[in-house]
Amino acid sequence: MSVGLLGTKLGMTQVFDESGKAIPVTVIQAGPCRVTQVKTVETDGYTAVQIGFGEAREKALTKPELGHLTKSEAPPLRYLQEYRTDSPDDFSLGQEVKVDIFTANQQVDVSGKSIGRGFAGYQKRHNFRRGPMAHGSKNHRLPGSTGAGTTPGRIYPGKKMAGRMGGVKTTVRKLTVVQIDGDRNLILLKGSVPGKPGTLINITPANLVGAAKS
Amino acid sequence: MNAQEIIRSIESEQLKQDLPIIYVGDTVRVGVVIQEGGKERVQPYEGTIIAMRNGGINRTITVRRIFQGIGVERVFLVHSPRVASIKVVRRGKARRAKLYYLRDRVGKATRLKQRFDRPL
Repeated sequence: MSVGLLGTKLGMTQVFDESGKAIPVTVIQAGPCRVTQVKTVETDGYTAVQIGFGEAREKALTKPELGHLTKSEAPPLRYLQEYRTDSPDDFSLGQEVKVDIFTANQQVDVSGKSIGRGFAGYQKRHNFRRGPMAHGSKNHRLPGSTGAGTTPGRIYPGKKMAGRMGGVKTTVRKLTVVQIDGDRNLILLKGSVPGKPGTLINITPANLVGAAKS
Repeated sequence: MNAQEIIRSIESEQLKQDLPIIYVGDTVRVGVVIQEGGKERVQPYEGTIIAMRNGGINRTITVRRIFQGIGVERVFLVHSPRVASIKVVRRGKARRAKLYYLRDRVGKATRLKQRFDRPL
C-alpha cells in the first residue's frame, strides 16, 4: 500500500461530467503533508512513512512532539499519520506530499470521524421497525422482545439496544476521484464521506481484495 | 479562502452565464441534447414552467406540457450541458411560485394570462 494523505472535508456540491451527468461530489482540502518520519526494517523492524498535517501554534504541542518534528524540520503539526509501505526509500524527511499522488478516476478509501448522534434510539441506531402509531397502540418506538424468559434469565451480550451513536472512525471504501486541483490542494470525490465539514479526513488508495500490493 | 468560497468557486466554473431571465408561468422552449446511436442532436421541448428551484448549480425548472392528451412534466437542471438552450416564448401571469394547480385542470382552464411588462 502506498502513502495516503490527510485533509479536511469542506462540503458537498455537484459537477457535470463530459456526458452532462450531474455527479455528487465531496470537496476535500488535502495536504500538503510533510514526511515527518521514515521507518525502515533496520531502525523499526518494519517499513512505513509517517506524515504530518495541520499547522498549529507551537504552544499547542508538547515538547516531545516538537522535538520529534524538528528532526524533519517541519513546522508544528497537529496530526500525524503512518502508512505502511514497501518502498520507504522513495520518501525523505521533510518531503512534501501533495494531492498529485492521486489521479482522476482512481479509487480511494476515505476514513474519518462520523457525525455524533448522541444517545440514539432503536430505529435510528439499528434500523428497527416502529410499532403502529395509532389504533390504541402504545408501542411506538419500543424495541419489542429482548430475549427469552427464565431460561436463560439474562439478555445475551451484544443485543442491539439504544445508546451512543456516531462519533467513531468510519471508513468509506472505493470512492472515485473525480477531479484534482493541485493549485488549491483540492480533491473531489464522488459520493459522501464521514463527518461534517471541517472533519479530519484520511484518504488512502483503495485497499482492494486480490489487488497486487504496490 | 474558507470552505464555502472554495465550493462556490468550483460551482461558478460550471455555471452558465448566458441564461435568459425566466419566471414561473413562462412558456419556454428547451433544447435538450439527446444521444442516438453515437450521434448527438438537440430536441426541442416546449411547455409552461410550473416550478422553479433556485439552488445555485442545482437550479432546476419543471416544464409541463400536454402531449397527446397526456400531461408530461420534465425537470431540467438549468446549468447542465444537456440543456443546450432555453428560449422564452411567452410570458405568463402567475400569482404563486408553484403552479401545481395546473395539474388538476384540463383544456382551456390550463391557460395562463399573458403579461407584457416583461421583455421576452
